Amino acid sequence: MAAQSHKKNNHPGKLGFSFRRRLHERVIESLLFMAALLSVAIMLAIITMLVKESYVFFQHVSLWEFLTDTQWTPLFDDAHYGIMPLVAGTVVSSMVALLVALPLGTIIAIYLSEFAPFAVREIAKPFLEMLGGVPTVVYGYFALLFVTPLLQIIFPELPGFSLLSAGLVMGIMIIPYVSSMTEDAMRAVPMHLREGSYAMGATRFQTAIRVVMPAAFSGIAAAYILGISRAVGETMVVAIAAGMQPNLTLNPMEPAATITAYIVQVSLGDLPHGSIGYQTIFAAGLTLLLITLVFNIIGHMLRKRYREIY
Amino acid sequence: MLTNAEQSAEPIKYKSEVKGLSFYYDAFNALKNINMVLHDKKITALIGPSGCGKSTFLRCFNRMHDLYPGNRYEGQIMLYPDDVNILSPDVDPIEVRMRISMVFQKPNPFPKSIYENVAYGLRVRGVKQRAILDERVETALRNAALWDEVKDRLHELAFNLSGGQQQRLCIARALATDPEILLFDEPTSALDPIATASIEELIADLKSKVTILIVTHNMQQAARVSDYTAYMYLGELIEFDVTDTIFIKPKNKQTEDYITGRFG
Repeated sequence: MAAQSHKKNNHPGKLGFSFRRRLHERVIESLLFMAALLSVAIMLAIITMLVKESYVFFQHVSLWEFLTDTQWTPLFDDAHYGIMPLVAGTVVSSMVALLVALPLGTIIAIYLSEFAPFAVREIAKPFLEMLGGVPTVVYGYFALLFVTPLLQIIFPELPGFSLLSAGLVMGIMIIPYVSSMTEDAMRAVPMHLREGSYAMGATRFQTAIRVVMPAAFSGIAAAYILGISRAVGETMVVAIAAGMQPNLTLNPMEPAATITAYIVQVSLGDLPHGSIGYQTIFAAGLTLLLITLVFNIIGHMLRKRYREIY
Repeated sequence: MLTNAEQSAEPIKYKSEVKGLSFYYDAFNALKNINMVLHDKKITALIGPSGCGKSTFLRCFNRMHDLYPGNRYEGQIMLYPDDVNILSPDVDPIEVRMRISMVFQKPNPFPKSIYENVAYGLRVRGVKQRAILDERVETALRNAALWDEVKDRLHELAFNLSGGQQQRLCIARALATDPEILLFDEPTSALDPIATASIEELIADLKSKVTILIVTHNMQQAARVSDYTAYMYLGELIEFDVTDTIFIKPKNKQTEDYITGRFG
């Protein structure tokens, strides 16, 4: 382009390309590109590390044993390498958390987006978002020292560490993520759709449930997927309040270790590099990554399928 | 609050009468002491330059302003034959909207199937029987001149329709609940000329069933479809008369200037 215009007119004068401006643009563009590249590179590095170390692990332990053995005792003399007890702990604690976070988060979002007067929303939202800013370790001790004793009043047989207590607190922790994103999605639904519903004689609640939520579906799905990923990946709360004993159970009233709790427990120990015990954390980490990856893919597909169409 | 008076003994002359209506957005006085009538089963057009308050006025009829804080009505809009002021605080706006439907400027189908869009008003009223819904949806789509085009794809998403079809769908949606008054807020301003012609034709046909109040930017449209026309300027009703009179020999100089294009 530049060459062409120069051929036609040897004196572009003030309309010609400014070398400085172009250089400036180039530099900025490359900086932005590098920043984008960095996140991709880090992701690839993490995957490479996990796959490489896991590969060593699977030289010693067959995939079949990893998936079917009902015990996870990699550090004992009688070592078993069945991931299922950790997966069960992760699934149960996440389920408890999501049973709290998704309904409550959605209800809060509906209230804030469709019912709350302006002043209430302006006060409630920052407070809610502060819940998400509390360090997770604080939530862990909140579960262990406050929620568990409280639950023991209702269920006297509840042990000091339990998936129930950890899951409940984790759910409270996730509420702001779910409610905030859900509310954003609902508020992005244009007013003329709501007016259409009100004009048909619908109530606020009918409008919220029948028109606004379906219109915001993809955003709400994204909020739920984020909530699920947070629950599956949460570490501190479960490490502190759920106990660290791998336990193949679907009963939330029992103590159990999750994948994340196991990883943090082993990483803090003094395992020699390259030992099989050391390799286990990478296999466990890879499993965790695959679980969250599945949810992210589902979320991506939902978003594509039900794009916001107004 | 309002009782459904479908079968009144004697025919009424006026469907509605506006008495001393003023409207405020917070401190801003958007409508000033408006007095006019809606003749039963006739089409009344509201014309006037942008910002004159015609949409604001239209939206008083279904209490749309109640959705936002800081809005205030003064005066009355009487609905006949009930003889009830629909602006009264004792009147439930939801009840009003059940009997006075509205079609918006931009087609706003819900993110649902064609069928569910039309059935929406019935569903929010608690109608569940499939047979009733099927019948009312078909009737409404026929009355909106859309049935033949969509009867084989009733369960497809409404967004797949063209703009003109979407607007007719919105009309069908408004018709499905048998409203007594139908409000149109510039219903063709987002449509191409062919779709506009079909909507205008449809509005003219609907006159036999329902009283119509239409806001329009387009004076030819007002002249083509309406029986009565009201000219508004800066929140005031300047002139209200039979459409022919307004367009052929308006009494007010301001109206004449607007109609002849010298102003506006």
